Amino acid sequence: MWEYTDKVKEYFTEPRNVGEVEDPDGVGEVGSLACGDALKLTFKLDDQGKIEDARFQTFGCASAIASSSALTEMVKGMTLEEAEKVTNKDIAEFLGGLPKEKMHCSVMGEEALQAAIRNYKGLEPLPMEEGEVICQCFGVTDKEIQKVATTNDLHTVEEITNYTKAGGGCGECHEQIQAILDELWENAPRPVEVKPAPEKKPLTNIQKMKLIEETLEREVRPALKADGGDIELIDIDGNRVLVSLRGRCSSCAASEATLGQFVQTKLREFVTDDLTVEEVKP
Amino acid sequence: MSHQHVVYMDNNATTQVAPEVVAAMLPYFGELYGNPSSMHAFGGQVAAKVDQARQQVADLLGASPEEIVFTACGTESDNTAIMSALASQPDKRHIVTTRVEHPAVLNTCEGLASQGYEVTFLKVDRQGNLDLEALAEAVREDTALVSIMWANNETGVIFPVEDIAEICAAKGVLFHTDAVQAVGKLPINLGASAISMLAMSGHKLHAPKGIGILYIKKGTPFVPFVKGGHQEHGRRAGTENVPYIIGLGAACELAGRHLEEENTRVKGLRDRLEQGLLAVEATMVNGDPDRRLPNTSSVSFEYVEGESILLHMSDLGICASSGSACTSGSLEPSHVLRAMGVPFTAAHGSIRFSLSIYNTDQDVDHVLEHMPDIIAKLRIMSPFWQRYQKEECVTPGYVVP
Repeated sequence: MWEYTDKVKEYFTEPRNVGEVEDPDGVGEVGSLACGDALKLTFKLDDQGKIEDARFQTFGCASAIASSSALTEMVKGMTLEEAEKVTNKDIAEFLGGLPKEKMHCSVMGEEALQAAIRNYKGLEPLPMEEGEVICQCFGVTDKEIQKVATTNDLHTVEEITNYTKAGGGCGECHEQIQAILDELWENAPRPVEVKPAPEKKPLTNIQKMKLIEETLEREVRPALKADGGDIELIDIDGNRVLVSLRGRCSSCAASEATLGQFVQTKLREFVTDDLTVEEVKP
Repeated sequence: MSHQHVVYMDNNATTQVAPEVVAAMLPYFGELYGNPSSMHAFGGQVAAKVDQARQQVADLLGASPEEIVFTACGTESDNTAIMSALASQPDKRHIVTTRVEHPAVLNTCEGLASQGYEVTFLKVDRQGNLDLEALAEAVREDTALVSIMWANNETGVIFPVEDIAEICAAKGVLFHTDAVQAVGKLPINLGASAISMLAMSGHKLHAPKGIGILYIKKGTPFVPFVKGGHQEHGRRAGTENVPYIIGLGAACELAGRHLEEENTRVKGLRDRLEQGLLAVEATMVNGDPDRRLPNTSSVSFEYVEGESILLHMSDLGICASSGSACTSGSLEPSHVLRAMGVPFTAAHGSIRFSLSIYNTDQDVDHVLEHMPDIIAKLRIMSPFWQRYQKEECVTPGYVVP
């Protein structure tokens, strides 16, 4: 039997915030049936941009349910900026600790939160999914392993398995995980403090429009043209950027992904990070 | 929780030591402490009791007492059988077993495979049954041993080991069976079978933990696993664990008397429990319903996870097991259910109920009263259940094993 804290037992037996937020602003789904646990997190913002309500649905063991419920309690009242900083460690600490073999439950909570925030921003679910899959059994990428190792100061394959499940199936990836850890800790012996990005001055509407046009011209159009397509700026309505795709892009099934992932990322990078891109069908 | 009535339905994990067994053991912790190997009468009287226990075990198995070797547990017996078969036939380096064995056999064989032995792991079908033709084909001239369990600990599915023993005997190959879950639940008559070796464990039939036996059919080549003194006719060294041997003898005698009850009253309880649980939506039984131990039921509650179910059950004093990943200490669900191709939706939510003669109608009522609520409570918070309810496809479907 697992040694669960009273708080884990409490949040498992009487979980708070079960369900789905109606008409949510952000939805994050991580895990799968095959992996044995999964979490769907939904949240809604109030007019101050703070998380007004957060709810969860979890398939998993007691610590997965408790971690999910704890997470929803923790993030209520936070701004997205604050919520983005919540890590699996915070979730585990909130619960008075988790058995080390169950730390992956807290990681699942963090990932669902990240995914939900990214969903709100119109980004792809999780940046680590872009990495190389190291553990085939549980679909864990090198990026995820690096991130969890850095956040939690993990140095052994066993610890990585406890936190991400990677290596917990057939075990064939153990050497690869060790190699990732070796590289990570040789190159950066301690987690490096990330310097906060310099704050951007608010742009006037004219500046913003100009910057959007410039960015589309310089960063986006050449890439689309390389694929035989083009992009046209239709309108800017507050933070909504309305564009139309031309040529090959307009008939491409992947165009929605192209927009969300690529155009928006570029605009957020070079203009302001609260822009959303929408496609207008010609 | 100690004040609460415990409904114990985890008898394939371990059993309550029968009060009669405890009573039989007690003198051997106290005044009758002699060593059965001693020359004096004080030790000799103990040796006579050990012989009597050996006879009690042999009677339950339909064997001769000299074919019974006492060991420390079922796992030791399995290891001994496998290592003896290899040591006594050094030219033969191939083993046949199944993918659904207990770790005592499975992990031992996997270890041997990594040491250069060749191991064939036979598949099972969706019902958990073996293909006997495939088995016959797998047995070769250089096969040292076929090791196949009598009954599966997770599903209760029974393999036709007597038929398998005949197939092996016809090919001149040794056959060992891990009968830890079968003894005391099924009639066994080793004298009339071609089984070469058989492992059993005391604590699965109301004897204490720490005692087992290996049956070695007369004429079977044998090399000891635990080496040292001359005990057990040189087949298992180490001073006899007298109180536990006495206890096992008493437990075997009781088991013989209770065999009919196991297959009538206990089976009836199991069937009623199972039918009651199947009334819960999206629930299924794992394993061939017609070829199963009378006391075992592996039930899958789809879209919920086993550990969560067990903890809610535990709060109500109900004890059972799960094949889910979270309870196994590993991260993957039961190797038995996966070998059977049970979909993940069901494997993670599998609960094994295993009954004994100590279970009552009230126990079954208690479980049936509370299980639907536990499952409903967990399903409310399961994202997959929500999708299943909307009839969206969430399952990867049944897998051909």
